[in-house]
Amino acid sequence: MTTITTQTITFNVFRFNSETDYLPYYKKVEMEVTSEEVVLDILNRIKWEVDGSFSYRRSCRHGICGACAIKVNGKGVLACKERMNDLIELFGTELTLEPLSIKRAVKDMIIDKEDFWVKHEAIEPYLISHIEEHPEMECAVTPAQAEALLDSDYCIQCGLCHYSCPVIEINDDFIGPAAFAKAYRFNADVRDDGIDERLDIINAPSAGVWDCVKCFECAEVCPKEVNPIEKITKLHNQIFEHGRAINNVATRHAVGFAHSIKKHGLLDEAELVRYSEGTLPMLMKHGKVGFKMFKVGKVVMPWNMPKSDKLDEVKALIKSSSTVKF
Amino acid sequence: MEKKLTYALFTGCTAKESTPEQLMSTYAVAKKLGIELVELSEATCCGASHLQDYDDFLSLVLNARNICYAESRGMTMVTICNTCQLNTAMTKHRLDSDPELKARVNEKLAEVGLEYKGTSKITHFLYALIDDFGLETIKEKVVTPLSQFNIAPFYGCHNIRPSELQNETHDSAENAYNPNSLDELIIALGGVNVDYEEKNKCCGFHAELQAPHTAAVLTGKALMGAMDANADWMVTPCPLCHLKLDTQYEHASHAVGRDVKMPVLHMQQMVGLALGCAPSELGLQHHVSKVNFV
Repeated sequence: MTTITTQTITFNVFRFNSETDYLPYYKKVEMEVTSEEVVLDILNRIKWEVDGSFSYRRSCRHGICGACAIKVNGKGVLACKERMNDLIELFGTELTLEPLSIKRAVKDMIIDKEDFWVKHEAIEPYLISHIEEHPEMECAVTPAQAEALLDSDYCIQCGLCHYSCPVIEINDDFIGPAAFAKAYRFNADVRDDGIDERLDIINAPSAGVWDCVKCFECAEVCPKEVNPIEKITKLHNQIFEHGRAINNVATRHAVGFAHSIKKHGLLDEAELVRYSEGTLPMLMKHGKVGFKMFKVGKVVMPWNMPKSDKLDEVKALIKSSSTVKF
Repeated sequence: MEKKLTYALFTGCTAKESTPEQLMSTYAVAKKLGIELVELSEATCCGASHLQDYDDFLSLVLNARNICYAESRGMTMVTICNTCQLNTAMTKHRLDSDPELKARVNEKLAEVGLEYKGTSKITHFLYALIDDFGLETIKEKVVTPLSQFNIAPFYGCHNIRPSELQNETHDSAENAYNPNSLDELIIALGGVNVDYEEKNKCCGFHAELQAPHTAAVLTGKALMGAMDANADWMVTPCPLCHLKLDTQYEHASHAVGRDVKMPVLHMQQMVGLALGCAPSELGLQHHVSKVNFV
């Protein structure tokens, strides 16, 4: 049996009451923390032993309701699941407890998750099925077909990925990783007939998957290993496979890679920008930076474009292995 | 004398085009340290996570082909771009853990006489230096300690996330929420590593064309974080982060409402400076945000 150890930890606890406070503040709390405790134990002890007005959400206490998600030193955690010892090992003995999103704080750790639910609803998170009114047999899903959901149905809607996504912080329209993963969950369901409808929602400029910056924060933070960015990639693929791609800068940018690789093996960076944006918009949007780059030798002229060796091999593979058209 | 370290170098596209200084400094550092780099001249673009959005299977086949050429040379593949590292390592992980997928990919590769076996390791040059060459050995080779500089490490998403995959590719485990490899390298070179919130955050590069405002805000926040931490310059192992931080300061300044600009060095340039390489050998003249301290 492992022995229980104790360490003195300083917590900087985010405090804010939107009804009475103009600005949030951080309260220092020092505590003896044992190796058996999880973050939720600390939240409880702050409330019970230090300040009864301290507020946070918690319910199931075993990682399934998703209510107790907060951030510790910027790392999103489910408070009931995250071991204090792991955090101390990672960050040391001074830890900052904050709500998932400071700008949405209502009281201490409690945030207003309205945007999360609005976006969740926006992707039509339910089966859209054109079934017979009086079916004569059940609608069976084989184990292999259930596997195809790739664990996207494990989402507990804790909001950790949503509020760890840097795009959510900047672009209010962006639907976000949790709702995208949910869209995939229904798009991949064999009983569902709503895929094209959903793809048009998640394909929209500014709101849709194309604004994802591919930082993998969502995959890293998810406590249920839903891996939202994997689903975001799958949604991109579905957009092309189902012929829902709109001819715009985002889709041309993805397709441009295939063109470039076919021609040079390597990516023709300047040509990719021109292909994606169009010649005139390219000059208007990127001309100034492009010129600065040209002056310091950062632009390769078309006639000097490097090529991969054995380009015939690459061309043959692109011909035989391509699975979509645009 | 220990066995000479030899790697198959996957340059990626950027080092051959918009960041020539990165390729120059990679070779300069390798020469100083006695590391042999054999360029994978057959390699194609990794797809940069965008080809993957369009045609996932095609990107697997092309990345597997790249790895084949490291395997046929019997070498570990070393990458110098975080995104190349991610896409190549992800391909390897998927093929090694899914025999059916591997067979499908190999069926295509067989048409051009290749076979993906899964025998080559894939690591980023940063981790090759740390794991294989060793920080202590690098420390011994420092001729110009960087002691007068506060240096802000900028890790770049695709070297640290998803950490489960990344930590399969190198020995020194890195935590995505508190990475330390680049910090330790700075310290080994005698520099002062500065801590700031954005060091493990996204630079916005991959959304530059389709979401320019988001991308500019992220770049601006990174530069601001480093400036407020009193850094003299930033350093990154990723040429894409470098491009964003080095060339896009005007858009970034506009987006965050403050003038943000500072010299940004490639990890290799920083090592090269400490090892006594000449600035021209490291391509410092190829920066848009001028490197004014050498």
